[in-house]
This record gives sequence, C-alpha cells and structure tokens, in this order.
Amino acid sequence: MIELRDVHKAFGQNRVLRGVNLTVPDGESMVIIGGSGTGKSVLLKCILGLVEPDSGQIIVDGSEVIGTDRSGFLDRFGMLFQGGALFDSLTVWQNVSFRMLHGAEKRPRDEAREIAIGKLRRVGLKAEVADMFPAELSGGMQKRVGLARAIAADPEIIFFDEPTTGLDPIMAGVINDLIREIVTEMGATAMTITHDMSSVHAIADKVAMLHEGVIQWTGPVSDLENSGNAFVDQFIHGRAEGPIEAVR
Amino acid sequence: MSAVETLLLPVAAIGRSTLAFLAGVGRMALFALATVSHILRPPFYLKEFLHSLMQIGYFSLPVVGMTALFTGGALALQIYAGGARFNAESVVPQIVAIGMARELGPVLGGLMVAARVASSIAAEIGTMKVTEQIDALVTLSTNPMKYLTVPRVLAATLAVPVLVAAGDSIGIFGGYLVGVNRLDFNAAAYLHNTVNFLENWDVISGMIKGAVFGFIIALMGCYYGMNSGRGAQGVGRATKAAVVAASVLILASNYLLTELFFSA
Repeated sequence: MIELRDVHKAFGQNRVLRGVNLTVPDGESMVIIGGSGTGKSVLLKCILGLVEPDSGQIIVDGSEVIGTDRSGFLDRFGMLFQGGALFDSLTVWQNVSFRMLHGAEKRPRDEAREIAIGKLRRVGLKAEVADMFPAELSGGMQKRVGLARAIAADPEIIFFDEPTTGLDPIMAGVINDLIREIVTEMGATAMTITHDMSSVHAIADKVAMLHEGVIQWTGPVSDLENSGNAFVDQFIHGRAEGPIEAVR
Repeated sequence: MSAVETLLLPVAAIGRSTLAFLAGVGRMALFALATVSHILRPPFYLKEFLHSLMQIGYFSLPVVGMTALFTGGALALQIYAGGARFNAESVVPQIVAIGMARELGPVLGGLMVAARVASSIAAEIGTMKVTEQIDALVTLSTNPMKYLTVPRVLAATLAVPVLVAAGDSIGIFGGYLVGVNRLDFNAAAYLHNTVNFLENWDVISGMIKGAVFGFIIALMGCYYGMNSGRGAQGVGRATKAAVVAASVLILASNYLLTELFFSA
C-alpha cells in the first residue's frame, strides 16, 4: 500500500504540493487527474525519491521512505515515463533488460535477452525490434518498449506518467488496454497520471483529482461522472468555465 | 529608491555574482568529491568504462596528433628565428622537445580534448537529463553518478596522459620534419640532441598534467550535463559552460602544476 500524508513540495515561491493526502491499496489502479502544471509528475517523483518533499510522510507497505536509501526499495518499482526515456545508446532489448544486465539481480546476457524478447512480445512487439535502437522506432513503439521495460522485472508497483501523450487515438487505446491487462495480470499496484479521459476510463479502479496542490476528490471511476465535485466536473467535461482557471 | 541605495546597486550586483560564483565552486567541489568516492566503491561498470576509454582516448588521437604535429613544426620555426638573434639556432631540437613535453603537448592536447570531449559529455548527459533518462536510471536502481560520471572521469584521467605522450612524440616529430627539411639540420644530429637533452621528468611531468586535465575535462562535462537546464537551450548552455570551465581550469591548473614541479 502507498500512503501519502500531508506531502508538501515547493520550488522557490511556487508551492506545487500543499498537503497531499492519498492512499493507494495493494493491487489497485489509481489514476491521478489534473491540469498541466498542477504537480502530478512531482507527486510521482516524490514517491520515487527523484524529488525530495519539503515535509510530510510517504509510506510504502508500512515503511517511511523519505530520507531512506531507496536502492532496494526501487527494485520493486517499474516506471513508464512520459517520453519513454529510453536510453539512446542501448538497443531495445538492452533497454528492456537493463535491470537484469546491471542490477542486483544480474542475469546472464542470453537469459536477459530472452526475457526482454518475451516482454516485448507481451506488449505487442516482434522479436526483430529487439536489436533496433530507440531512435529507429515510432512514438507508439517507443511507448511499448518503455512499458516492456517498466514490467521487465515483474514489479509490485508500477507508475505510468502520461502514458498516451503524443500518440494517435488508436495507439493510445492500444496502450491503455495493454496497461489495464498487464496491471490486472500482474496484480500490481498502479499509479497513473494523465489528463486523457479515455485513459482514465480504461485504466482506473479509482481516480484522484489533484488541483492547487491538494487532492480535491477521490473515488471509484464509476462515480466520476457523479462526483458532485465542481473541480472534477469541470475537468472531465473540459469546460472553460468553473473553479479551475483556464489561464494558469 | 534613495540615492545611497542606487549607488550601492553595483556593489550588490558584485556581491551577488561573487556569492553565486562561490556557491558554484562549492557545488563543483562536492561533485568532484562524490565522484572520487564513487570511483573507489562498487558496483563498477566495466563496459561503460571501456566504451568511454575508446571515445575519449582512441577517437581523440587524430585531433591531438594533428595539433601536436603543426605545433611542433611552428615551434621549430619560431625557435630558429628567435634563436638567430643571439646565434642560438642550434638549440631548436632541445627547445622543441622540452616545450612539447613540458607545456605545449599537455596544454594544447588538453584544450583540444576539452573542446571535443567536455562538450560531447555535457551534451550527451544534458540530453539524457532533459529527456528523463537520468530519472529512468534511478528508477532502474542505478546510480547515475556511478553509471555515467565515474566511467567517463576514470577513462579521461587514464587516457589523456597517453594522448599527451603520443602528442609529445608527434610534436617532436613535427619539429624534426621542419628542422631537417626546412632548416637544414642534420637528421641524426637532431634526433641525438633531442634524445640526449630530454629527461624522464620532462615527459612524466607532462603526463601527470595530462591526468589532471583529463580529470577536469570529464568532470566538467559530467557536472554541467547533470545540471543542464531544460530544453535545447539548456543543453546548449551546459555544453558551452563545460568547455569554457574545462579550458580555464586546464590553464589555471597548468600554472599551478608548473609552479609545483619546476619552481626553483
């Protein structure tokens, strides 16, 4: 279980997170929605330790993680980055099996390659892609490789940062379906941040709305249309009028 | 704003710049200390180290070699012309040898490698930063300092002295070519004078300088790459800053090392 208690983070005068409280139970797929620049990515990075919160607690499976050595802790995580964040200098299979080639659970090269090809197949890519470089792939293929890398070590917790950004609607649907299937199949706890409502409906068990540095609403995806929350209503219907200022 | 405050504005600006400069020096020093401490602790990324060794060492050889060749030739011409003023034309082989081994080989080699390598490292790591590849490394339980910085710094520290030694030889050969073909020196006498005059310490001191310069070059590339700003402009600035900082530090450390090695 992931628990955030009163998490604050500011960059200079810009107070991005102003007391975030959120609980994600084991095996649940939580989607965090919110406009651009509201701190969704910062929230994920705080949990991963890429950004150090100013105050508050982040508890994963009962253990406080802020200020601790996260090397072992991160072995349990997989992350799909918005732009893929694939390593340009490595081939696709080396990207996917990076942890198996370098990490504490290092495996023989042939075995790591086989596992990588298996994961690539799982995300709908052929084995021939394995020896290509990321620059040779389309945006959709890069996302799939990123997804394969995120699930390569069978993590207990997977984060997805804007998984469908920059993809056409069909490819976005494919990625959404893949994420849902994989999360269900692996029984992993998932946190996704997006402002794509098709992703929300495809991926989420529960939804949380982040705005002005706090969680404004949280509930099951089935309650999203009838949340009774003005922020959520404005956001999911894409209205210019409402409590969320259109110009930020 | 009062007149006194207006008058103090330039002083405040100097103060801000000084504090920013000192903070930058402090951050750089901490980065250097962290790099050295990681060099001594596992895990070690041998493949990345060997790759960096090729990129920094082997592929810099043509540019260092060409620089040394022309510098050696020009040096021979200058010493011959200058020496003619007091009938000392015959010292060309000795001065070319000592000049290349002690100063021009390491400094010009270091500056050329700085231009080629510090820029390349800063651009590569800076791009990795803005495309979240550094964050990805962390989420894959890999310390970017160990995976990116340590192999490059170690490779440059080991490769640049070898490049300097190669540059010394090529530079001396450049002087020899000009001396024999343009200035009518006897080939055997030129070589004899060069070999007899050079001492081991001349070459070794140049190689020690090369090691220090190599460390500086890779460190600046990594530091500015890791601290790159956002977007293409941020990477461009990081690249420029890495080359400028590496070049200035090479020249400053060259003076300090020369003072240390050769002051009476």
